[in-house]
Amino acid sequence: MDKSFVIRHTVEAHPDLSIPDPHQDAFVRTTLGFWMYLMTDCLIFASLFITYAVLHHETFGGPSSRELFELKLPFAETMALLLSSVSCGFAILASLKNKKNKIIGWLIVAFLFGAAFVGMELHEFNGLLQQGHSWRKSAFLSSFFTLVGTHGLHVSIGLLWMLVMMAQVFRNGVTLFTFRRLVIFGMFWHFLDLVWIFIFTFVYLIGVL
Amino acid sequence: MFGNLTWEAFRHDTIQSMAVISMVFGGIGIAALLFYLKRWKWLWKEWLTSVDPKRIGIMYMVVVLVMFCKGFSDALLLRMQQAFSVGDSQGLLEPGHFQEIFSAHGTTMIFFVGMGIVFGLANLIVPLQIGARDVAYPFLNALGFWLFAMAAILSLVSLGIGHFSTAGWLAYPPLSGLEYSPGEGVDYWIWMVQIAGVGSTISGINFLATILKMRCPGMTLKKMPIFVWSILCCMVMVIFAFPILTATLYMLTLDRYLGMHFFTAGGGGNFMMYVNLIWAWGHPEVYILIFPAFGTFSEVVATFSEKRIFGYLSMVWALIIIAVLSFIVWLHHFFTMGAGPEVNAFFAVMTMVIAIPTGVKIFNWLFTKFRGRVHFSSPMLWFFAFLLNFTVAGMTGVLLSAPPVDYQVHNSLFLIAHFHGMVIGGVLFGFFSAFTYWFPKFTGLVLDEKLNKYAFWCWFSGFLLAFMPLYMLGFMGATRRLNHYDATTGWHPLFVLAAVGALIIFFGACIQVYGLYSTLKNRSKHRDRTGDPWNGRTLEWSTASPPPIYNFAIIPTVNQLDPVWAMKRDEAPRPVCHYEDIHLPINTAIPLYMGILALIFGFAMTWHIGWLSIVSFIGIVTLLILRLSGHDEHDVMTVAEVKKIEAARGSYG
Repeated sequence: MDKSFVIRHTVEAHPDLSIPDPHQDAFVRTTLGFWMYLMTDCLIFASLFITYAVLHHETFGGPSSRELFELKLPFAETMALLLSSVSCGFAILASLKNKKNKIIGWLIVAFLFGAAFVGMELHEFNGLLQQGHSWRKSAFLSSFFTLVGTHGLHVSIGLLWMLVMMAQVFRNGVTLFTFRRLVIFGMFWHFLDLVWIFIFTFVYLIGVL
Repeated sequence: MFGNLTWEAFRHDTIQSMAVISMVFGGIGIAALLFYLKRWKWLWKEWLTSVDPKRIGIMYMVVVLVMFCKGFSDALLLRMQQAFSVGDSQGLLEPGHFQEIFSAHGTTMIFFVGMGIVFGLANLIVPLQIGARDVAYPFLNALGFWLFAMAAILSLVSLGIGHFSTAGWLAYPPLSGLEYSPGEGVDYWIWMVQIAGVGSTISGINFLATILKMRCPGMTLKKMPIFVWSILCCMVMVIFAFPILTATLYMLTLDRYLGMHFFTAGGGGNFMMYVNLIWAWGHPEVYILIFPAFGTFSEVVATFSEKRIFGYLSMVWALIIIAVLSFIVWLHHFFTMGAGPEVNAFFAVMTMVIAIPTGVKIFNWLFTKFRGRVHFSSPMLWFFAFLLNFTVAGMTGVLLSAPPVDYQVHNSLFLIAHFHGMVIGGVLFGFFSAFTYWFPKFTGLVLDEKLNKYAFWCWFSGFLLAFMPLYMLGFMGATRRLNHYDATTGWHPLFVLAAVGALIIFFGACIQVYGLYSTLKNRSKHRDRTGDPWNGRTLEWSTASPPPIYNFAIIPTVNQLDPVWAMKRDEAPRPVCHYEDIHLPINTAIPLYMGILALIFGFAMTWHIGWLSIVSFIGIVTLLILRLSGHDEHDVMTVAEVKKIEAARGSYG
């Protein structure tokens, strides 16, 4: 990978070497498509949020959000996810400078924070299940487990993706392809942060009121 | 080992057994024929692994044709049942089978015929009309197709193994919940729709990016053909609507598989939530289906009037406004929920407002013909029939949008007549027009015009005969989905009339199939060597028929709406012949494998075969990782090869 690419890629339409036609730019095209995908995913979450909003008082005689939720664990989860996102950002900055080891290092940090997030979420779910508050009990719990769990599932997929990216960077270094994939992975990871902020606000903060 | 799957799943009544046996033998026959003709390798290399949008578009058409046969057989059975099952006679079908058939008819026609038409046309026409060699994401395009095709195959599998859903084409809970539909039917429905829906989302992203990013030099948004505009708006709707469907089905899945309480009658669930969500997808969906038809007629009317489309900008704005409004009218599908006068009034007014941009489109088409040189060829005939049917069905739609009227005719045959006017008179007639119009582009053959016209008159008269009685029956109180009614209702003659109409349509469809066969057989008589049989206006008519794999040897540059028309009249410069190497994506079998694994996954989930679901799911993830670890490679076609192909065709234009 030549250095000029690294500088040029920040310019809006960098010519992709594999396609001679300048208006068919693979980098811009891929990121645009990924934005669109994030839009669709956002709508899936929007549907789940709306359902949660409609159903969260339907406790069917069971405990309500005020009795179940506390803020300590979700706050720790928030911190873990935000730090993971920052680390991922550092990994992408390192890829601009073509520093392979630094990228992998930051990705490992991001991975650990992400894994901590998933671990804490599973711990919380497990606690609820132990107390007998399973998703079968009420519409409120169904929508809670689904909304938060779907986000957790996304984070878990992101962790798998991160492993794949580490392997790719380790094997190939920063190439046109790995760089592009790192950038869209970064978009995905920050997007999950954003969704979590909404979950923290609407589910936990408002839930304990 | 086999989950809930037992031998019992293979037992069916006579009618269904016959259908299954003919399907299985048909499949074996085709496979044997391919072996006999030694065409398997050709099929694999040229078609199944292809990433060429033209090939994928034609494969969409094949799936549409097969699924249309299935959906249409369902329709004929329903019509026959209602024509005979009066008074003491119970007709041909048992009630359970009847329910399966009306559920399957709707599912097949919307998800596998309608959506297949949308993406098939987009694949065939969009790259050519925007002067591109390819789509933005060839791999995703193929993946979207294979998910769609495999979902269609899953619906065929449900015909032979087990039973289809009896909960209607939208599977309203609580009927579709575990309590009232414990069998595999609803699960089949969930997985086929879910798989096809994910495919649609993927294809939607692909075409939106294609139109935004791959237009040829000079083609600004305001110089795009209306067909491309219609697909652009259509894809925006796909991207905004289909995730809602995915999420809704996901929640229904959780209700059924994990015992959650989203839409159940007990546990605090709210099944009207499902109805709201499904129509938040479902209403945009009907516009998704009709938009390519709008686009087609805009091209057809301009071409066969030899005139530029009237009111281009108002046409575009009408599309955009309809696309936006389509997301805020969903509640008119269930005014009877009783949301109160304020809510119902809002949705009623919004629904009526949609009639305005739609009316703008109708008048623009009419004004395009005004002082034009109108040719009454068959694509145009479909347009005239569309104009009548769509206006009538549109007006009854406006009637239905008034809540007091809707309370009277809700779920009656009046509604059925209304939306069949839209989907047959609109979507299907639009597709037939598109099929006739663009058939020469992709085969180099012009369809037999005389047979086309016979088919058209059968369809048109058959349609009127089959659906006008339903309006009357609706007013007389006949509800939808009746498998039996009393003789004293006086409905019988009208039901018989509707059945006769369906038979005439069937006859028309047979003529179409024969027309296709006869055109292919008498190739030399129907050959079009010009590549431009209709005196076309847009870029697809400037290349050969069928187009070479790279579409355009020289990427065109345009400076107006109808570049080819202008070029033919020497009002625009002809392109300079300066060939270059052409990069094309390499064929890949991964989308096909992923589709097959998705089919296995859907089947395994339906029958609760745990290990198979896990294995197939891991397979899909592995293939995805494999693909994302490779490089997008390209084939290079050298200048010499391009020159050879172009020389065989003769000079440009």
